[in-house]
Amino acid sequence: MNCISCIEYIIVAIMIISAILAVEWKDLLAAAVGMAAVSLFASILFFMLQAPDVAMTEAAIGAALSGAVFIFAIKRTRRFETEEEEKPGWWMRW
Amino acid sequence: MVSVLKRSLAIITLLIIGYWIAQAFAGVPFGQDKMLVGQYYLNNVKAQTGAVNAVTAVVVNYRGFDTLGEVTVLFIASTGVGALLWKRKKERTARTEGSIVLTTGTRYLFPFVLIFGAYIFIHGHLTPGGGFPGGATIATGFLLLYMAFIVYEIPHKGFEVAEGLVGMGYVIVGLIGLMIGGYFLFDWIWQTWQLGTNNIGRLLSGGFIPVIYTIIGLKVGTELSGIIDNMIKEEVRE
Amino acid sequence: MIHISVYYFGAISLILIGLYAVLVKKNLLKMLIGLSIMETGVNLLLISVGYISGRSAPILSEGVGPNQAVDPIPQALVLTAIVIGVATTAMALSVAIILYEKYGTLNVEEIRRLRG
Repeated sequence: MNCISCIEYIIVAIMIISAILAVEWKDLLAAAVGMAAVSLFASILFFMLQAPDVAMTEAAIGAALSGAVFIFAIKRTRRFETEEEEKPGWWMRW
Repeated sequence: MVSVLKRSLAIITLLIIGYWIAQAFAGVPFGQDKMLVGQYYLNNVKAQTGAVNAVTAVVVNYRGFDTLGEVTVLFIASTGVGALLWKRKKERTARTEGSIVLTTGTRYLFPFVLIFGAYIFIHGHLTPGGGFPGGATIATGFLLLYMAFIVYEIPHKGFEVAEGLVGMGYVIVGLIGLMIGGYFLFDWIWQTWQLGTNNIGRLLSGGFIPVIYTIIGLKVGTELSGIIDNMIKEEVRE
Repeated sequence: MIHISVYYFGAISLILIGLYAVLVKKNLLKMLIGLSIMETGVNLLLISVGYISGRSAPILSEGVGPNQAVDPIPQALVLTAIVIGVATTAMALSVAIILYEKYGTLNVEEIRRLRG
């Protein structure tokens, strides 16, 4: 295993972990940030798969605009996933 | 208890589905040459379109009609956001001003963000990028303005006029191709006028690709800025 | 045991995680986050199908001939799909905002009960 494939494995692992966290976090604001992180690592993978056009688009849209649109929607609705747990607390509550 | 049962059932189902998908993709070898029509495009892209970037040539030239449809989908989605969130009186309700780092940085960075977006979509036939990432970069610039200043709004009238004009421009470029060459979105600048034939790899080449990509960039930028404007403003009641 | 590339594994995992959120979660915004993750996974799967090892990006400059570039067609497909994806996601989010203004909740079961 040479060094490039080490980087591939590490980035795929971080991407999957942030996807799981984005789905499992109760705080929707943190979940939106996790989703943006998935897009960011996916754009690194696109670059390593020799697709620079797609990498640029994904970095501009997936990491910036998509997250911003989600955050605006959360601002206009409610922040926490379940209604009874709605008190400010430790942000990593499962 | 019910939720745990439902959750484990869903996980088991998903593992079965994942096994199926993985089995299907085990038959698709990774990293091997399986191009059919892509090889034709790569062999002929310089002679037929004048572009160096094959992705751009496929998006704008070979599949230009698809891209027109996708721009239409974008327009309909943007109009849908505007229609769904329509209120009689909408205003920005932000209370906290951006910090001094954000406001000062935005004030100096905004022109450069716009210039960089324009650079991306004008050089779409030479470098990675094109109208879609360029337009998204321009929309990101307006997002910065919205976040830094609590009273900022995009110039609505100008943006609406620009949207309509560039949407019409795409169809007009296609119709000129229909008139000259006999089919819709015929590349008249490259095929008929032969403009920039000995200039491949520089800015003034590529037929109508820079023209179309400028149109797409302005269209995507204005549509996405309009979506941001519609999402950020809320109804106010007196 | 199936041997697939790490890119296929990552893409399929993203699709499954997104599908899990759509199936199990009750919050509308969480389901939309799952859909967005699924979309990223599908894009990654398409791009990794088009990759050819040892070749460079499909920009034909000096030293990169037609036989040294990867497949441009999946990249062209995904390039437009990403932009369309964010626009449709924004539209779905505005539907969610309207549902919240009408029912005061984002729980899909609660919305179904209130409607009936």
